[in-house]
Amino acid sequence: MRISPDELVFWRWGYVVLNSTIVTTWALMLVMTVGAKLITRKLKTEGDISRRQGFLEIVVTTIRMQIKEVGLQHPEKHLGFIGTLFLFIAVSNLCAILPWYEPPTGSLSTTSALAIAVFVAVLLFGVEEQGLGGYLRSYLKPTFIMLPFNVISELSRTFALAIRLFGNIMSGTLIVGILLTIAPLFFPIFMNLLGLLTGMVQAYIFSILATVYIAAATRTRET
Amino acid sequence: MDSMTLIAIVSIITTGVTIAVGSIAPALGEGRAVSTALSSLAQQPDAATTITRTLFVGLAMIESIAIYCLVISMILIFANPFWNHVISQAAGK
Repeated sequence: MRISPDELVFWRWGYVVLNSTIVTTWALMLVMTVGAKLITRKLKTEGDISRRQGFLEIVVTTIRMQIKEVGLQHPEKHLGFIGTLFLFIAVSNLCAILPWYEPPTGSLSTTSALAIAVFVAVLLFGVEEQGLGGYLRSYLKPTFIMLPFNVISELSRTFALAIRLFGNIMSGTLIVGILLTIAPLFFPIFMNLLGLLTGMVQAYIFSILATVYIAAATRTRET
Repeated sequence: MDSMTLIAIVSIITTGVTIAVGSIAPALGEGRAVSTALSSLAQQPDAATTITRTLFVGLAMIESIAIYCLVISMILIFANPFWNHVISQAAGK
């Protein structure tokens, strides 16, 4: 019983390993990029908008509104990063309905990479907003005794992001696999449905938490 | 009782106990969170979107604790390093 798509190796040469996670991730990236490029070839601002352009507009406007509601004043600066997080995790979890597909977010490598990207983004956005000294000084608030606790909380937030997404998606696929050997007629379908729902919720949670962390780091403090 | 049997017994029992005990507190916490959110929704229906979004974020954070326990249980059953080590030793003999 495979616990992670990392173990399905297609091709290996020395230390270079081509496993199912990498292949699926690149395939998803290709499909999303090419699809978006095809839809946005002829953007119209007035008149009859095609349905696909309308769909993409809904997605982008909703993400932008959510970012603004969490508290980031200029959502356009962060729309690229947070929108990419949400779309990649959502599409990779939603495609679990396809046969022989294993979501790459069910591998600890992918979720750790995404969590580390959020950690670096919080750092970069915080430094951009407050300057290097100001951002480092924010670790000393409210008193300088809190420095180790702030650092530990920063690291454990990253760890929790990775483990939360990995645990949800991995357990969803594992439950379906186990149920296929126990009660294969109807229950795997219901568990697959539940897996789709939790996949979308986890994509939303990941991006909202990233937004909250970035907002906490870029909030200009009144001293 | 040799070490192989002992590792198997302890892994299986620990798996069951981990996920059983580890889901008590998150379930109670989530129930309390949802009930408070429902009562505040009844008091202020205009803030429904904010309350719902905060509720979902809070539920995800509470759920993470149960997910940590689940991950440990899964690792103990399916990717147990001690069991793999002992099995490879037994196969090598």
